[in-house]
Amino acid sequence: MEAATIPTPRQTPGTVLRELASKYGLIAVLAAMPLYYGITDLANGNSLARLGTNLFEGLSNGAIWALIALGYTLVYGIIELINFAHGDLFMIGSFVSFGFFGTIGLTLATGTLGLVLGLVVTMLLAMVACGALNVMIERVAYRPLRNAPKLAPLITAVGFSFILQNVGLLWLGGSQQGVPDLLRAQDELFNVVGIPVTRADVLAIGVTAPLVLALTTFVNRSRLGKAMRATAQDPEAARLMGINVDTTISLTFLLGGLLAGAAGLTYALYETGIRYDQGFRAGLIAFTAAVMGGIGNLRGAVLGGLIIGCIQQISDNRIGGQWTPAIVFAYLVLIMVFRPQGLLGEETREAG
Amino acid sequence: MSRLAELRDSRRANLIAGGAVLLFAILLPLFLNPLNGFIDRSVIALAYVVMALGLNVVVGFAGLLDLGYVAFYAIGAYGAGWFASDYFSGANNKHGVHVLVQGKAAESALSHTPTAGIHLNFLIILVIAICLTALAGVVIGLPTLRLRGDYIAIVTLAFGEIVGTIAVNGDQISVPFTHTATLTNGQQAISPLDPLSLPILGEFNQATNIRPFYWVALALVVFTLFVNFRLRDSRLGRAWIALREDEVAAASMGVPLVRTKLLAYATGAALGGMAGAFLGYYINSVNAGTFEFAFSIFVLAMVILGGLGSIWGVVVGALALSYINYYLIPDVFNDIPSKLGLDFSLTQLSFGIFGFLLVIMMVLRPAGLIPERRRKLELEEGVGTGETELYEVRA
Repeated sequence: MEAATIPTPRQTPGTVLRELASKYGLIAVLAAMPLYYGITDLANGNSLARLGTNLFEGLSNGAIWALIALGYTLVYGIIELINFAHGDLFMIGSFVSFGFFGTIGLTLATGTLGLVLGLVVTMLLAMVACGALNVMIERVAYRPLRNAPKLAPLITAVGFSFILQNVGLLWLGGSQQGVPDLLRAQDELFNVVGIPVTRADVLAIGVTAPLVLALTTFVNRSRLGKAMRATAQDPEAARLMGINVDTTISLTFLLGGLLAGAAGLTYALYETGIRYDQGFRAGLIAFTAAVMGGIGNLRGAVLGGLIIGCIQQISDNRIGGQWTPAIVFAYLVLIMVFRPQGLLGEETREAG
Repeated sequence: MSRLAELRDSRRANLIAGGAVLLFAILLPLFLNPLNGFIDRSVIALAYVVMALGLNVVVGFAGLLDLGYVAFYAIGAYGAGWFASDYFSGANNKHGVHVLVQGKAAESALSHTPTAGIHLNFLIILVIAICLTALAGVVIGLPTLRLRGDYIAIVTLAFGEIVGTIAVNGDQISVPFTHTATLTNGQQAISPLDPLSLPILGEFNQATNIRPFYWVALALVVFTLFVNFRLRDSRLGRAWIALREDEVAAASMGVPLVRTKLLAYATGAALGGMAGAFLGYYINSVNAGTFEFAFSIFVLAMVILGGLGSIWGVVVGALALSYINYYLIPDVFNDIPSKLGLDFSLTQLSFGIFGFLLVIMMVLRPAGLIPERRRKLELEEGVGTGETELYEVRA
């Protein structure tokens, strides 16, 4: 008698289609918009410079989102909390920077050396302020709820988001506040194949790239980074191995806060305007970026931020800024449909 | 006393307590001026109770974290805005469509000609809102079927934002087969709506007496409570709870995942849509600017603060948060600084205070104000350590 064979699933057109969709669907979705506008530009006799400009501006804009998204992904990776206060922390970073410009007297007249020195000091201050604030928030609002139902810290996070927004409102009022254009952000530095590179672009990428590099090195190489990864994987086992879980979680919040502070300063110089509710929208976008890349994954957060920046720029430039949120979120839904675990995420229990 | 008699007694006590609360709620407005601000806030608070109970079905019973609940508020409110106002003025060759409406909604007061636009009876509007939102709930639920946990949250959040964006920019989308009509009126709001009128009771006049609105809202709450209790104790409700506790185990016990999940979305959405349509009538305008993410969070905070899955907890949570936000902070606490001789108004601090209260309440009662009994057991006592010992402990 023959041994029972496992029947191979029949190749119907449906299964073939589904396989193709899950393999290439995501790439098709992501490439759809740039391809479409590239082809229409060429068909109308224009060059690809406009699309290139869109994409490049998207990357530099996305670099700021990436910094914020890293904060979300770090915190989510370690305690599975959507830290709704993170966007507002970024806003506080902008406000601290703006306040400090005034204190140390950085104006448009400041010389180059003074400007660079002043900005570096401001950035360090904003980073430290946001990092300390984030650690404090964790102590007050999340640590007491460590053993509570999973959704309870979500509400304290929302509570702190409101509190921080109110602080911003009392600080600089309810209207947009102009930041002195210290770097003359829109000045074109040089031009590559018709794509203008402005000082703002250089600033955003120049701040983000080293920070991301430093962060990934820290998480992947250092002893504390190892402790973070262990805690993220299994807090209980990490504790049994002698890792101080509370300190490690505080450290994670500190790192997220540092990045948010840097993003705050960069945003203030990039957009030359800050507002008490900027953090809300930015937080939503950055969180979307973190999920898109695969939440808990550092490289994913950066990738997600850059992609969202590009989608936003193309949509702002071609479709109209008022539709941008809908388009970004439509993209998010599509990505979730094709790849539930995000672009670089691994298959987890959460997204099987 | 035997265990059974004890249970019967506690059930009777519950019924009596519930009846007393209901009686108090019904009689309350009679002791207040018909235009009293407190009644006004209460109407809104009751509408929020309906919303929170709807969200409780999705988040509390079925365990599907929904951050886009505002979508259903929007769709329900637009159900009222579209079909109970002059908005689609081109309908039926500008003669308007009228179904079971009288008074101001049916003909203009001056010339006694039929009003333009679509005008349907309030009860029909409620049914339409329920159907529209249930459908929307299923549509939003479909892409989340493969996802779990916080990934569901982010997809629902995305849908909420998409609906909000479409509402704001809806004045640029024209409705097919019409010449001038657009989908929404954007930030300009669809306003005014028909006056709320019910069969037998006739038309309510918001300018002179808002008590009837209060009673309508209360009736909606009672209806929602009934639906919630019956669903929780039904086969479907048990399937939801099984799904929440362990999806894999539920599936292997024969719970149909897709249908159960979609029914949870549809039920929650329908209740939200019903409250949305009512709020549209009560506020007398449907403004795209109000459909923001903050609204979803506000309702979710009610559910979590009240106690996930606990029906009475959610009622208390919704009442507490909406009274704090719409009554205590703007009306009651507002003069305190000036009475203390301080020169600032609390309105500037309102959401800071609200956030502070959220943090305090959550830290003090992490499981919610009135935790669900089943959840409380899991959290505090664990399995098998209750009063009834399953085996003899001592040798």
